[in-house]
Formats: sequence, C-alpha cells, structure tokens
Amino acid sequence: MEEDGPVEVTRRGTLMSGASLLLALGLPGALRAQDVTAEQAVAAFAGGAPLVPGGVSLRLDPVAEDGFKVPVVVAAEGAEALMIVAPRNPVPVIALARFGPLAVAPMLSTRMRLARTQEVMALARMADGTVRQVAQRVEVIVGGCGA
Amino acid sequence: MASGVKSRVKLPRRVTAGEVIPIKTLITHRMESGQRVDEAGAVIPRAIIHRFTCHFEDEAVVDIEVHPGIATNPFFEFRARVPRSGVFRFAWYDDDGAVYTDSQAVEVV
Repeated sequence: MEEDGPVEVTRRGTLMSGASLLLALGLPGALRAQDVTAEQAVAAFAGGAPLVPGGVSLRLDPVAEDGFKVPVVVAAEGAEALMIVAPRNPVPVIALARFGPLAVAPMLSTRMRLARTQEVMALARMADGTVRQVAQRVEVIVGGCGA
Repeated sequence: MASGVKSRVKLPRRVTAGEVIPIKTLITHRMESGQRVDEAGAVIPRAIIHRFTCHFEDEAVVDIEVHPGIATNPFFEFRARVPRSGVFRFAWYDDDGAVYTDSQAVEVV
C-alpha cells in the first residue's frame, strides 16, 4: 500500500520535506487550521457568492449518541465542491471534497466527530459559481472530544 | 509512517459503459486530532490523514481535504461514472509524509 521506492531527491520532494519540517515546528499562528473559524472557512469556500438555502442535501441523525463517529451524507446535483462544517468543533471544517467530471451526482458519505450539540452545515459550490447551503441541528450525547 | 495501516476499497468489478457506481473506501488510521492532552497535560500532536484522492486513469474523481473532525479509520463513499474499462487509483496522504495507495480495475462488459 505504501510507496516504498528508492529515495530520490527532487525539487518537489525537497519542498515537501521543508513543508513537513514547518509542520513539525508548528506553523505560524495564522496558518494553523485551528485558527480558521467556521465563518472564515465558509467565506473562503463561497468566494464572495451569497449563500442560497436549499439545493444541497444533508443526511444526518438528529441525535448522535456517540460524537466520535457520526455518519453524515452530503449530496448536491451539479456541485463541483462540497464542504461539511461543524461550527462548534475545535476545528470547524470537517471535510472539503472537490469533484471531477466523472463524479456525476456528487455525493460524499463519511463519519465525523462532533464535540458538542450544534448546527452542522453543508455547503455546495455549483459549477455556475452559486453556493447552496443547508444546516441541521444535531444533539450530541457523548461528545467526541478532541474533534 | 503510522504502523498497521490497511486500506480497503469496494466497488463493482464489472460494469456497463457509462454506469454510475458507488465507491466505498476505508483506511485504518487513528486520526489523532491534535486537540487531546495526555496525562501530563501535554498536547498529543496531530497525526491524521489530511487528504484523500481517487482517480480513474488520469482523471480526478474526487479530491478531499480531510480535517481532524473526520473519525478514526476514515470512511469515504462517493459515486463515479465509468466511461470505459480502466483502473481506479486511491491515495491517502498522512501528516507524517507517507502516502498509502490502493487500486482496483473495473471492466466494462
């Protein structure tokens, strides 16, 4: 599974190892994911487009017994990217999926961590640049602390 | 590389041309969020899969930015149209620099 080839020194490899080193040393505050608020992440995703309700579906149980593993399904016909945001998690962005042309009927199903009861948001950026949004409240019984 | 990482992908091996198929992927990974503290009160460093990609031959199907809010043993399901016979390739990018890959051929019948 892992690529275990001969060690080659490439420009990309060198840049990557530099990036890893930066990660190890701790990135400057401004670049840390933890510092990106839900609002900032949504604004970056929307790129200035207004958020239009509907047109994206979010399938999520209203009650999550176990915040460490919460199944979620997001889908939007005609989307080029989908994002799941849990605004009251320490790191609000859960995942951002960008789809290629073969991903007709874009959909993402995954399992996320929810730290506490909150309104989970799903956003879809459409091919025409519009951004659709939906939110659903989830009551979290046992928080997935460390999410 | 994190030890004992195992991936699984599940998709039909024989499809009709143009069929849209479900693709399920799973990889064993603890997804240490970087938010937890140990008994001594020190933050346990983040160690997650931060990116997942799926390609059909040269074409990107999906490219996912993965954040610490994804649960242990990341699971992703999505759909893809299969235009012709070919190979789906999957890659998971670990914070420690390791890239875990998997692939499966599909045959258009």
